[in-house]
Amino acid sequence: MRIGVVTFPGSLDDGDARRAVRVAGADAIALWHADADLHGVDAVVLPGGFSYGDYLRCGAIARFSPVMATIVDAARGGLPVLGICNGFQVLCEAHLLPGALVRNAHLHFRNRDQRLRIETARTPWTMDYGPRQEVCIPVKNGEGRYVADEHTLDLLEAEDRVVARYVGGNPNGSMRDIAAIRNEAGNVVGIMPHPEHAVSALTGPSTDGLGFFTSIIAAVGGSRRPAHTAGAQA
Amino acid sequence: MARVVVDVMLKPEILDPQGQAVANALPHLGVEGVSAVRIGKRIEIEFVGDADLDRARDIADRLLANPVIEEFTVRADDSAGDDRQ
Repeated sequence: MRIGVVTFPGSLDDGDARRAVRVAGADAIALWHADADLHGVDAVVLPGGFSYGDYLRCGAIARFSPVMATIVDAARGGLPVLGICNGFQVLCEAHLLPGALVRNAHLHFRNRDQRLRIETARTPWTMDYGPRQEVCIPVKNGEGRYVADEHTLDLLEAEDRVVARYVGGNPNGSMRDIAAIRNEAGNVVGIMPHPEHAVSALTGPSTDGLGFFTSIIAAVGGSRRPAHTAGAQA
Repeated sequence: MARVVVDVMLKPEILDPQGQAVANALPHLGVEGVSAVRIGKRIEIEFVGDADLDRARDIADRLLANPVIEEFTVRADDSAGDDRQ
């Protein structure tokens, strides 16, 4: 099992994301923004941070990097992709997910342990969670307020595409307390809080985030393709 | 050299907490009578040769503005090179 983690200039949590992949039991493959080759990975994580300095808008410039061109095509073909924080912003900018993430309503950067309710296990990234399971993982963002028009929000709810909601207080003013959503097919998930920071008791408030990584291993393992093509070397 | 100016603003229905913060600060400066402030971006594009509004519009549409939350206007700027206040 090979899970790629992209590093953009300004990525911050790529190291933790690779570690979370290893803790869950898969090989973490470092992918570079300027390299369009996905090196035969089974899934991709877009990590948190400040890609390209958050210039213009968060994720706006990362969207046009060579690796993203490949990821957008592969995601439309079913490759599982998880965008965390800045990665969520990149997925919205790349139109793989609807809506946008804008400045927190109160203007403060918010950094705390956050309770969430996992609203759907019907994604390859959340299938290890129970129905409406509550978890506690860190949130840390300045521009994490999810916005979309009413029609889009209604559609997300009607199609079971809200993946997680904030409980016990909304940290950024996100519409309908949305913390995570998925695309129509379910293979692309964007989440604002950081599951990769909650995979070991030593460094996180819980190990609740590990489920995202064990889920994808179970999901992809169940439909594992045979040996990868040449050039699959990282 | 020809300059095109792109103004990008949040759509009216999108909350602008930065603008609100500025509006709330104005009374501290003794400024009264301001009902709202909204903050956007001004982007200047220098073209080699003539100002190309169509290309500027394309750039704005694809990169400079996010149509989910923003709208933009494009105009040629004849004052290129002028001193600014």
